[in-house]
Amino acid sequence: MRVDVQQLLDNLDLFGCIQCGKCTGGCPVSLTTVLNVRFLIYETLMDALPDIEHAEELWDCTCCFTCVERCPKDVRPADLIIGLRGQLVEAGKIPPTIGDALMGIFRQGNPLGFARDDRFGWAKGLDVKLIEEGAENLLFTCCSSAYDVRAQIATRALVRALQAAGVDFGSLGTEETCCGNEVRRVGEVAMFEEMLVAEGKPLFESTGAQRIITTSPHCYNTFKNEYGLEGMEVVHYSQAVAKLLEEGKLTFSGRLEKKVTYHDPCFLGKQNGIFDEPREVIRAIPGVEFVEMDRIRERSLCCEGGGGRMWFEGTNSEERLAFQRVHEAVGTGAEILAVACPFCMSMLEDAVKVQGLEEQLKVMDIMELVVGAL
Amino acid sequence: MGSDKPAALVIGGGIAGIQAALDIADAGFPVYLVEREPSVGGRMSQLDKTFPTLDCSSCILTPKMVSVGQHPGINLMTYSEVVSVEGEPGAFRVVVRKKPRYVDEDKCTGCGLCAQACRMHGRIVDTFNQGLGKRSPIYCPFPQAVPLIYTIDPEVCLFLSRGKCGNTFLCKDACIADAIDFEQKEKLIELEVASIVVATGFDLIDPKTKPEFGYGVYPNVLTGLEFERLSSASGPTAGKIVLDGKEPQDVVFIHCVGSRDSHTGVPYCSRICCMYSAKHAHLVRDRLPNARITVFYMDVRAFGKGYEEFYDRVKHERVMYRRGEPSEVYKRGDRLIVRAEDTLLRRTVEVEADLVVLATAVVPRADMEAFAGMVDLARTPDGFFQEMHPKIRPVESSRAGVFLAGCCQSPKDIPDTVAQAKAAASSAMVILSNTARPRA
Repeated sequence: MRVDVQQLLDNLDLFGCIQCGKCTGGCPVSLTTVLNVRFLIYETLMDALPDIEHAEELWDCTCCFTCVERCPKDVRPADLIIGLRGQLVEAGKIPPTIGDALMGIFRQGNPLGFARDDRFGWAKGLDVKLIEEGAENLLFTCCSSAYDVRAQIATRALVRALQAAGVDFGSLGTEETCCGNEVRRVGEVAMFEEMLVAEGKPLFESTGAQRIITTSPHCYNTFKNEYGLEGMEVVHYSQAVAKLLEEGKLTFSGRLEKKVTYHDPCFLGKQNGIFDEPREVIRAIPGVEFVEMDRIRERSLCCEGGGGRMWFEGTNSEERLAFQRVHEAVGTGAEILAVACPFCMSMLEDAVKVQGLEEQLKVMDIMELVVGAL
Repeated sequence: MGSDKPAALVIGGGIAGIQAALDIADAGFPVYLVEREPSVGGRMSQLDKTFPTLDCSSCILTPKMVSVGQHPGINLMTYSEVVSVEGEPGAFRVVVRKKPRYVDEDKCTGCGLCAQACRMHGRIVDTFNQGLGKRSPIYCPFPQAVPLIYTIDPEVCLFLSRGKCGNTFLCKDACIADAIDFEQKEKLIELEVASIVVATGFDLIDPKTKPEFGYGVYPNVLTGLEFERLSSASGPTAGKIVLDGKEPQDVVFIHCVGSRDSHTGVPYCSRICCMYSAKHAHLVRDRLPNARITVFYMDVRAFGKGYEEFYDRVKHERVMYRRGEPSEVYKRGDRLIVRAEDTLLRRTVEVEADLVVLATAVVPRADMEAFAGMVDLARTPDGFFQEMHPKIRPVESSRAGVFLAGCCQSPKDIPDTVAQAKAAASSAMVILSNTARPRA
């Protein structure tokens, strides 16, 4: 498939690239796959791109945006990968599993293949009101948080904490549709802009809520930075809960005598600079001994769950970064690896199982820890 | 000074200010040289060797420092700061604040018994050694200091900061010259000068603004200036390159840390890092013949006289230059890993290291804005002082009669700094020559 180079050059600002290699040098998958974004930029500039139809490695990018954060010349290397994916999407040349996910969103509002009518099932027995009744906060549940059985535990824990703190919140229920953060990143820009943002933005703004609390850093990222929401604050649940703790609205009566470490989600940490709030939440739990891994905050290691990788194995599933990550967590002596993202939860929990570390390490959402000590 | 000729003021006692002061004074005009630190010498006094000739920095600087200290035409005002500048070319009125040293400058012999005796001896972070060593609250920054006089740091002296120091002042007891004077107060001194040279130098960017390199997390990630102190014979290890008692076997240098970077507000090239990193690599090879030395670079800019030749020489000393700006430093076991794409191999590599040296960007002094406001000097968007024309009026500042020398105008190496200082001195002397004698 011939790449439309002119389209890329018109839409992206690649000319300032000095080929320093900082992007590829920091790319979490560059050690394990042949993806080299620095070289892709050069090939694009020189109009020397090969046929990309079978360049499966283009789908390896997790959109962690380390390259974007570190590029000294504001080139935004990951946007080139997204642009190339966009041309593949246009041509219908995408991995079938990603195609299935997009079709699921188109038909039922989620990439997981579940029915829209079941979307609010997670709230069963929790007395969560619908936002149409009016509420200060709109609780937006990521598709994973709503449907994935493991992630639902974290969602329910968050709800219990919000209720314990007396927070006024409501849900869109079955009207809730995928945020589209990953849709945008697999290159399906039309679906993202013309369907998900075009319908989602007015829907959110019509609820009258002052703020959206998201259960995923991915939803948080796109709502905050790409939806252009007016009159609505967007917060990740770790921010909301840290504030409740600080204001004394959420207090603990129990303890959690565990050694805990924390994994920074790329869409929360690197991309949006939220490093402290999840740590504040963990540290506030009585009895917890908090320890840090080596690669944290701006140097955190990606779990490989973003950018569509939840729907695509990647070209090298033998050496998943999540494997390294759980070993690093075990190395700290922690019994619990805390996460603040449903994708990180899934990737890291799988890694714990595959690496046979279930006896040593549990992956838990920060809200599970909080609720355990309420 | 007793001269009937008009005087010049030089602000800043680094190599630029020293050179400008010496030239003006040698021409017969009186000079006030104001330096805010206890000694002249500036950044150059912190360096070990200088590129590309490998002259010992102290050996070529110290004679000039001694000259400004002894020159009959130079009134050296150390531990002093300019606080206001009024007037116009030929007739500036300047106020200088002379900070109390709490040591009588006429009595102190620089013997150092006071520092040895102090209760807090060896407990204060030594800023001259970039924090790699410790000193006393009463200190002389380095052995070649001019003037060779001790100073009490009021922030950390127990008596001056808390009002109490045991039952007796150990420094006072130890001083055989009776020089300690806790009653000293700051003084405001008014000067009349005809022209001014500003030579206030530079700072280095805080490497924590590039958190990916782990500075402040790993004790074996150092800045270039810290490495200078580590390799300097007058430094805390007497020139031995050792960390935590061990000689590093794998040393990695990283160019352009913060420079040429739109994120840090330093879009420019700092101009000295390529060459000082090459010099550092040479120094490692000199002290540690078996070390593996890697220099990660984006472009090597060896533009000065003898520079490309020096770069060639260092490469022949088995220093591996790898093209690629590292993206991250992390730990594996007890060793550091520098992760980078070797862009020529087109492959991401993890290079093990037990010492990583960051070539941090040259940035304007932290108090540049306040100083610019006080003297009324314009600055370029990069924060440095603006010259009147980038090509044909390179040392004139935006205020008539005030001239620029050294890194306060833009990053530059020592040869360019000295050349600009001499140019600024020359410009200042044009005004001095055209100024009538001040009224007696």
